[in-house]
Amino acid sequence: MNNWPQMWAQFFRGLYRSLSVLGREIQGKRGRAVVIGVPLLTMGLLFVLPFVIILRISFSESELAQPPYSSLWQWLEGGYLTIKLNFSNYLLLWQDALYLGAYLNSIKVAALSTLFTLLIGYPLSYGIARSNKRWRLALLMLIILPFWTSFLIRIYAWIGLLNSTGVINNLLLYLGVIDQPLALIRTDFAVYLGIVYCYLPFMVLPLVANLMRLDDTLLEAAADLGCRPMAAFFKVTLPLSMPGIAAGCLLVFIPAVGEFVIPDLLGGPDSVMIGHTLWTEFFTNNDWPLAASVAVAMLAFIVLPTLAFEHIQDRRARST
Amino acid sequence: MNQPKRRQTLLAPWQDASAKPFVRIVGITKTFGTTYAVDDLSVDIFQGEFFSLLGGSGCGKSTLLRILAGFEIPNSGRVYIDGVDVTDLPPFLRPVNMMFQSYALFPHMSVHANVAFGLQQEGMARAQVAARVAEMLDLVKMGGFANRKPEQLSGGQRQRVALARALAKQPKLLLLDEPLGALDRKLREHTQLELVAIQERVGTTFITVTHDQEEAMTMSTRVAIMDAGRIVQVNAPSTIYEFPATRMVADFLGAVNLFDGRVVAVESDGLRIRCEQAGCDLIMHAAQPLPEGTQVSVAVRPEKIQLLDEAPSADHNWLRGQVADIAYLGDVSIYHVKTTAGQVVRVQLTNTRHESEHALTWDDDVVLAWSSRAGVVLTS
Repeated sequence: MNNWPQMWAQFFRGLYRSLSVLGREIQGKRGRAVVIGVPLLTMGLLFVLPFVIILRISFSESELAQPPYSSLWQWLEGGYLTIKLNFSNYLLLWQDALYLGAYLNSIKVAALSTLFTLLIGYPLSYGIARSNKRWRLALLMLIILPFWTSFLIRIYAWIGLLNSTGVINNLLLYLGVIDQPLALIRTDFAVYLGIVYCYLPFMVLPLVANLMRLDDTLLEAAADLGCRPMAAFFKVTLPLSMPGIAAGCLLVFIPAVGEFVIPDLLGGPDSVMIGHTLWTEFFTNNDWPLAASVAVAMLAFIVLPTLAFEHIQDRRARST
Repeated sequence: MNQPKRRQTLLAPWQDASAKPFVRIVGITKTFGTTYAVDDLSVDIFQGEFFSLLGGSGCGKSTLLRILAGFEIPNSGRVYIDGVDVTDLPPFLRPVNMMFQSYALFPHMSVHANVAFGLQQEGMARAQVAARVAEMLDLVKMGGFANRKPEQLSGGQRQRVALARALAKQPKLLLLDEPLGALDRKLREHTQLELVAIQERVGTTFITVTHDQEEAMTMSTRVAIMDAGRIVQVNAPSTIYEFPATRMVADFLGAVNLFDGRVVAVESDGLRIRCEQAGCDLIMHAAQPLPEGTQVSVAVRPEKIQLLDEAPSADHNWLRGQVADIAYLGDVSIYHVKTTAGQVVRVQLTNTRHESEHALTWDDDVVLAWSSRAGVVLTS
């Protein structure tokens, strides 16, 4: 495939667009303050403020107190203000292999789950987008419908299916395909299965929206110029759906990195993900500062490379 | 109309019985549900022609083009291109290329990549592709835009790239779907002549679909007027304009005044037609004699009618009226003259004098007159 670089460029351009769409939509002068103000206030109250609190806790020391962390500043006699920033939490994250391992494992699990979700979600989305208008809504509903059931109940249902005495094993034993129950639950396989199952709609919805907009005459033009349908898919449909792929992958990958419930309920003891580590630090070890620094590092781990890459792509796109 | 002179001096292979048609469309029928989009249509098109399918929306012209491209499979009938039956070939195997109405340029590819696309499908070597793309872009005067993306081009530039892309593979037949439909009027006139020049240079057979009669007349060697899935008349533009076969054709191609009547006598210089509506007799030259009593329509073009101050001595081909409306278009003026019988007749005069010198104005009484060869007698 000689247009991979082009597809990557398309991928990141789509990513950039989905992030900056808000900014570009708001051009009018009237009502501008309200239009910007409402989301800004929401972002401030629900994201920036909590994040500042977490950031502040991550630079403090663990204490046996209420709350269980030290204050960052102190007034000394004579009017001195001392600010004490504790970087040891971050140093520990770097030095203790446990945390780095958990980060890398989370990234790996999230990346592979995203890939599997894409591989399953793309054909699904393609089928829905190309289907007859009458069917399209019904098919989309089939994708969305499971969401109306509680997330936890759906995960527990998978436990019931995957257990050694669960539906799948019982059926296979009854049919005589196996004579010992398979170890399905508490494996990486179960984690991937759980994530792909739960996040599939997040992949399918942006992809369907993108593929529905695909101009059929472009495929006709490709055929007219001697391109067989399969080749036309790779040269026209796939590159043009890159923004949809980018949006879908982001929507799956980012929450999957911090996923706690699915690996906790379906996963085995050896593959520790960062969400679980964070939970342990917070609730079992009662070490809020360390838990906070794990959270901050996780954010930096995902967001900073994404932003940097986007910045480079954006500059490159502008220079040509 | 602005029919370039040189076209009329071209050979007319359709008049030559021994000429071998290049594209043969034989008995094509295509239905969508219960409607006939194309209805048992046959036509032969010759090598190097600029052939236009002209008709209103829903007349089946676009469907016919899509059948030629291979996007639609006809219910019955065959299509032959250069002697080969292509009816069952998928679009990617046909020696045919199409320029789409929306241009359908690939938005994620540069101009160069768009033009190179078809050549790469053939597995042409890189250097050859580059040379051919450069040649094509020069042909359409887009040489400096190879690295642009379609979204960075104006409508006219996109149209040129679409043409270059469609011509790059040197197709035996080029199909153009409303090639100038998306351009503004000024650009369209210029592009019409340019498209003809390019067609003459590459020598490819062009089949174009248009609803714009002026466009069809300016560019084509032959025009096929379509209505309800059938071809009503096919001929050189000037022939169709001067000798329309039916009222529909006369009305569709240019403006026309229709006078209904019936043949009352066959005289030495034409048919005498009694015309209640016009309130006078018309004597019109007809290609074939018609029996007395035949119901006919006389079609007279607005520019072939004279406005006189006084009635001529003859008892036919003139009627009185009053100027109801004047449309001043600069080069010409259109007069809507209301006859005593109440019919509004359209008359077009060239403004050879200054506007201020024009004597005619609203409510002036005038006499409309024309010669026996100024119109045609239509039976359908």
